Amino acid sequence: MATAICIQNSALFMYVLGRADDALILGHRLSEWCGHAPMMEEDMALANMGLDLIGQARELYTYAAEVEGAGNDEDKFAYLRDVQHYRNVLLVERPNGDFAQTMMRQFFYSAFADCYWRAMMSSTDPTLAAIAAKSEKESAYHLRHSSEWIIRLGDGTDESHRRAQSALNDLWPFTGELFQANPEDDALFAGRIAVDPRGLLQPWTENVTAILRSARLTLPQSQWMQKGGRSGQHSEHLGHLLSELQSLQRTYPNATW
Amino acid sequence: MYTQALNASQSDELTGEDAAKISRFEARVAAEERIEANDWMPAAYRKTLTRQISQHAHSEIVGMLPEGNWLTRAPTLRRKAALLAKVQDECGHGLYLYAAAETLGTSREELVDQMLSGKAKYSSIFNYPTLTWADIGTIGWLVDGAAIMNQIPLCRCSYGPYARAMIRVCKEESFHQRQGYEIMVTLSRGTPEQKAMAQGALDRWWWPCLMMFGPPDQQSQHGDQSTRWKIKRFSNDDLRQKFIDATVPQARYLDLKIPDDNLRWNEATGHWDYGDIDWQEFNNVLAGNGPCNRDRLAARRKAHDEGAWVREAALAYAEKQKRKTTAAA
Ligand SMILES: [Fe+2]
Ligand SMILES: [Fe+2]
Ligand SMILES: [Fe+2]
Repeated sequence: MATAICIQNSALFMYVLGRADDALILGHRLSEWCGHAPMMEEDMALANMGLDLIGQARELYTYAAEVEGAGNDEDKFAYLRDVQHYRNVLLVERPNGDFAQTMMRQFFYSAFADCYWRAMMSSTDPTLAAIAAKSEKESAYHLRHSSEWIIRLGDGTDESHRRAQSALNDLWPFTGELFQANPEDDALFAGRIAVDPRGLLQPWTENVTAILRSARLTLPQSQWMQKGGRSGQHSEHLGHLLSELQSLQRTYPNATW
Repeated sequence: MYTQALNASQSDELTGEDAAKISRFEARVAAEERIEANDWMPAAYRKTLTRQISQHAHSEIVGMLPEGNWLTRAPTLRRKAALLAKVQDECGHGLYLYAAAETLGTSREELVDQMLSGKAKYSSIFNYPTLTWADIGTIGWLVDGAAIMNQIPLCRCSYGPYARAMIRVCKEESFHQRQGYEIMVTLSRGTPEQKAMAQGALDRWWWPCLMMFGPPDQQSQHGDQSTRWKIKRFSNDDLRQKFIDATVPQARYLDLKIPDDNLRWNEATGHWDYGDIDWQEFNNVLAGNGPCNRDRLAARRKAHDEGAWVREAALAYAEKQKRKTTAAA
């Protein structure tokens, strides 16, 4: 393997890469919990969701490599790109924090992924439609699991309520970016290759607010939304995540593992 | 093995129990019948099995930590997914084994508390550090390999729930073993650095793996009764020899050197002779002085303590829901 790769621009390629990055980074975050969860059942569940996401990432990277046609593969995309070449939303690179933070992040992302992948099942791109069909089932489970926890934590004890509310306050500003469309994506939307995420905001908001209401949690006043991940402007956290994820490939260039 | 600390003294006597019941029980065991949770069993049988199964469960759970140490650094996405799936399997084994132990009348909470307080043991092997990626290959190859050697006979253990748990667990362990060996094949055919990494891992893990089978037969005070009760089918030394005989050709295929200058094929016995095991080291690790004992327990305690508010929240929520349904009824 080379020591670093640059990425070519093409709307479909960049689009698929961004979705793969979302799945990989969130899957990686979930894998950090393994062996340290609040209960063994959650060790299982978090690993399970992490595995689904890493699986989605692999399929998407493989497809991105095919679209790009430059001889790259899933591992080159994951292990040899620097921070500024990653296109994931900022939400998924947020650190795990406590269990409430992790579940709130999962809930926001899964509520998006659930309606996103369902809509993507009718993509005119057969590969994306096939990936969507599998991912939709997985996301539906992730959404159910995380929603149940948000309700339990929000309506559990005073402490769990307090932690869930502060997770909500901290992570809410990172939800807006999920619905951001890049101008380059217009052709993909027009060709019904990809769904315009702006159209998913309303169903997402309805779904999310209903769960938050059952959890007795309140939306923060401020509607300010952070963005940047989709254009390669990341938080400080991603660099640390990548330095760990990429350490072996970077230390031993050109080795096969 | 995963339950090697059982080879400590045991003072249970078959006193005060109905002699007729005992002889009926022993006849059933001798006839290879399976004992089930609701069947009558001697108190000492129940106690031995509770300890053995829960120590096995603790080992699966603590065993997540050394391998979990490489989850975020696995060198390819395929390896990352496979390792995450493996560590998840180990957690499943732990849960499955706690459930089997619970059929004997002690709750999982109580068993876990015994582990967290340091009262109950887990396998000494998990008190060694995973220092390079080759350790992940070596653990799969040797640690899961040694576990299989021990657990295949346990599939015929006289206690039904344990035997059935072992059948399911063994299938997954042999998959882990193949996966680990495949990592070793890749490394040993890789760059000189990778090959050195593989040799280094074998050097560090070989002797601790041999210790997994427990003390030599002359020192094991525990074998007799467990053998009679058909919990244990082979002695520690027999299983250890079986493991060595199976592993030597595998190491040769990898072109790696087993770190034992006394390793020699014995034409007369048809087995590999091997050098002396440092039982002092083994006893030290069991006593809590291995390189990672403190870190492992600290990590499990931290997860337990920091997760307390989550478990409390789940309980509180469940109780609220129960009150609501009773109020509505
Ligand atoms: Fe296991
Ligand atoms: Fe095991
Ligand atoms: Fe295993």
